[in-house]
Amino acid sequence: MSQPGDSHRQEPRLLAAGPDAGWARHLDTFGPWEPQAAGPGLLEVLAESGLTGRGGAAFETWRKATAAAGSGRKGLFAARPVVIANGAEGEPLSFKDRTLLAHAPHLVIDGLVALAAALGQTGGRTGSQTSTGGTSMYVYAPAASLPRLRQALGERPGGRRIHVVQAPETFISGESSAVVNMIANGTALPTDQRRRLSESGLNGRPTLVVNVETLAQVALIARYGAQWFRQAGTAADPGTRLVSVSGPAPVRDVVLEVPGGVQLSAVLKEAGMDPGYLSAVLVGGYHGRWVRPADHALAPAGPPGRTVRPGAGVIHALDLQTCGIQATAGIVSYLAGQSARQCGPCMFGLPAMASVLNRIAGGETNPRLTVELDRLGRLVSGRGACRHPEGTTGLVSSALEVFAADFRAHLAGYCAGPGRVAA
Amino acid sequence: MKTYLHIDWTSCDGRGLCSELLPGVLDRDDWGYPVARGKVGGERTDVPLRDADLDAAQEAVFLCPRLALSLVQRTAPEPGQRTPGR
Ligand code: SF4
Ligand code: SF4
Repeated sequence: MSQPGDSHRQEPRLLAAGPDAGWARHLDTFGPWEPQAAGPGLLEVLAESGLTGRGGAAFETWRKATAAAGSGRKGLFAARPVVIANGAEGEPLSFKDRTLLAHAPHLVIDGLVALAAALGQTGGRTGSQTSTGGTSMYVYAPAASLPRLRQALGERPGGRRIHVVQAPETFISGESSAVVNMIANGTALPTDQRRRLSESGLNGRPTLVVNVETLAQVALIARYGAQWFRQAGTAADPGTRLVSVSGPAPVRDVVLEVPGGVQLSAVLKEAGMDPGYLSAVLVGGYHGRWVRPADHALAPAGPPGRTVRPGAGVIHALDLQTCGIQATAGIVSYLAGQSARQCGPCMFGLPAMASVLNRIAGGETNPRLTVELDRLGRLVSGRGACRHPEGTTGLVSSALEVFAADFRAHLAGYCAGPGRVAA
Repeated sequence: MKTYLHIDWTSCDGRGLCSELLPGVLDRDDWGYPVARGKVGGERTDVPLRDADLDAAQEAVFLCPRLALSLVQRTAPEPGQRTPGR
């Protein structure tokens, strides 16, 4: 068995088994292993490892799992928990989750089964050491990933006990309450979160929705231990993460596995880009931020101005010829169209923001437009059943900051291109 | 324990009855939906209430035509509550 190791440049961990790894090559690469047996003690190992969610929120995985496990214990009859592997990738610039599901589905399934066993054991039900203690397991993924997933589930023992649900191709389909709503009712819309999913999720059972990359990381941690996981990355951001990197043509879209705390410029270079020829980089996806390419480390926390949150792992670079305001206007128009139109501030506020941005991008020169954009952002953030308004506002405020010189140029009646007007 | 006024945005249709009953707590936005005065982030969906506002808040909960309001008791804001869990 070859345990994935570390060198200066990150060796692949998650994709160590190579392309299209089936059950045999999976076992060959990572070693024979019983994910059910890893259940006891798994949450402690996850706490030691410091693993955070790789789907966007970067919440500590052990805390989220413990919340679901803890609520299973309450009450006279312990409710059996539900674990959902979330492979919905509504982000148009994200492709790392579908790449992982295509090439390493068994690692994701290992993590799902191990976590289900951990919740089954701590959740009050007495299951045998090798069962998942009655925890239900689901994989939620877009149509294109399903054939490969079904094949993987079919070739491993016990795989047929895992339910597969198709995720629709909308931006909001991966939000955790939307995931639960889709599985329960066939509608992938977020629901009011007065009661939390960890307490009352799918059919009232404590429910844990975990991104597929997070689960693959869980599988590796359960196999090799917390210390092995921490050999990559930094103390504050241990381990590795997958990033979906895209940029101006002819740069190829590529999935890279990078250590926590890596410099953004190093990632751009590894993907074949010269940071000196880029005007700005979108990090974290459509709910992320624009930053200048230099001097930022990729980590969920750290000094602002020097750190940028990886969010859903999206890194998208703009060349010097592309107008950042036009790029942002395009994204915000898309996001406004993806509002589930359930909540007033989102349904009306996002199109209003998109329209102001489009007016600026289109050459209107009223200086009050940026003030209005800022006002609308403040008005909608924090209001809505999900973070769609807040995420959109965050992107817009980063554009106002990073493209400040371009905004001034636009409002003064010309667009010189970000490379030329930026300080 | 502190009392919060929870707004279910998926139900609220912005007719503004609540902001009339709680003028010190809620304002109305451009489209008529309630905005918590002086609050940011999650406190605009779970609005902290002062004791003096409790009766009016109770009445708003009762009278909201869309059943979009509720009172929630909890110890302190829970940081993880509004994080999206993709
Ligand atoms: S905030 Fe927007 S996207 Fe989220 S549930 Fe409400 S309407 Fe839908
Ligand atoms: S009274 Fe109810 S429906 Fe009307 S604005 Fe207030 S919360 Fe919304």
